[in-house]
Amino acid sequence: MNNLTVSPAPHIKSGLTTQRIMWIVILALLPAGLAGVYIFGIRSLKVIFISIISCILSEAIFLKFRQRDTRIILDGSAILTGLILAYNLPPEVPFWIPVVGGAVSIIIGKQLFGGLGHNIFNPALVGRAFLQISWPVYMTTWKNPRWVLDAVSSATPLAKEKAVNFSYMDLFLGNHGGCIGEVCILMLLIGALILIFTNIISFHIPASFIGTVVVLTWIFGGDGFFKGDFVFHLLAGGLVLGAFFMATDYVTCPLTNKGKLIFGIGCGILTSLIRLKGSYPEGVSYAILFMNAMVPLIDRYTKTRIYGISKT
Amino acid sequence: MKKLFKEFLKGIFRENPTFALALGLCPTLAVSTSIVNGFGMGVAATFVILGSNIIVSAIRNFIPSKIRIPCFIVIIATFVTIVELVMKAYFPLLSKALGIFVPLIVVNCIVMARAEAFASKHTVVKSIFDGLGMGAGFTLALVLISGIREAFGNGTLLGLVIVRNFEPALLFILAPGALLVIGILIGIVNLLSQRR
Repeated sequence: MNNLTVSPAPHIKSGLTTQRIMWIVILALLPAGLAGVYIFGIRSLKVIFISIISCILSEAIFLKFRQRDTRIILDGSAILTGLILAYNLPPEVPFWIPVVGGAVSIIIGKQLFGGLGHNIFNPALVGRAFLQISWPVYMTTWKNPRWVLDAVSSATPLAKEKAVNFSYMDLFLGNHGGCIGEVCILMLLIGALILIFTNIISFHIPASFIGTVVVLTWIFGGDGFFKGDFVFHLLAGGLVLGAFFMATDYVTCPLTNKGKLIFGIGCGILTSLIRLKGSYPEGVSYAILFMNAMVPLIDRYTKTRIYGISKT
Repeated sequence: MKKLFKEFLKGIFRENPTFALALGLCPTLAVSTSIVNGFGMGVAATFVILGSNIIVSAIRNFIPSKIRIPCFIVIIATFVTIVELVMKAYFPLLSKALGIFVPLIVVNCIVMARAEAFASKHTVVKSIFDGLGMGAGFTLALVLISGIREAFGNGTLLGLVIVRNFEPALLFILAPGALLVIGILIGIVNLLSQRR
């Protein structure tokens, strides 16, 4: 099993179906969600459920419209999209936001391209980008953890980096404002370990993505060269969630390992650029979306030799 | 007469400049933020297409083919200047909203394409109907796109509030919304024409 890689033909058939992969990823995401619900309160659980239900319903309606078998809504991909979308939302969003987000993710992000396996962009991130551009106020109204007194308005660590210092431990455990699923790095890492040890994802994308961000924020993030607070940039924001769970989406990442490294480095460069120089405090999701668009080019560049044919 | 009517209709449906030919998308993307702007742009472009079609088809036998493009540009620019000045004089608000995109009608592909592909090969009467049809098709497309964008992005239609307490999705007013709406509409048009 250790040599299992996703690559062009020839292929060996295994018992690992799309459905099983989806459910394992959902399982791996659960700890971070539980942590988010524990930190921000029961309202975020409702946001997560609404988002998932919206995704499933949109998928069912659209499949019906396309006259396809509606049973494939239970393959787990719609549930996963809804889950990831909800993890990318602030806990205090009005309940119609996940409804619209789920519908946009599934219909515009996935079904209009032809359904599972045909989408160019990560559906959940399409939904998030749509919400972020359409209702910036709701999407940037953060909530402090429920044990902090001034409970409603706050900022994410990335947004107020210069004003307030967070201890690394707070950032690691999720004791700060942020999106539902991105705050608790510990739980995200537990999920990520599950994915890596079950060979669902390879280490190439997360390693190159996070590595690039660490190196670039270390070099350029401070007042001089090599003075940036790279641990902060590693722990704050959605980097861990994005690198392990969103950039590694099978449909929207390159096939070969070399391609995955290029993809991850590209994501890392764009994330660092947006965080350090851009007008948005966080750039993980836009970076992944942008690199999604590059995947066909990367795949063409890293095309492997056809087995049995000499290299000419 | 039936033939002429066909020339008119093809601009609206079968060869709709926006949905079927995908021409002149730049002004379509830029000005379709409200129905008023879209309609204004459509009418302005219709006038220019009509005018340039008439003149080009009238003098089509005198234009040397090697320098036909500069000739078309001069003719088109004349009509664009007329439109621009009239708009500035009588519709100053619209002129301000459309901004640079009124003078840019000079390089609008629809106008150019009709001059090159149709007016320089057909009679004046035919060209009039072709110009009217293309203009109407462009205007209809613009009104449709800008209607959708205004309704979702601003919560209004022709400036009137349609649903109260509606939280407009800013995306539809911004550039990505334009691309999204045009893409989906082209998809729907293709779907419908396939089924037929």
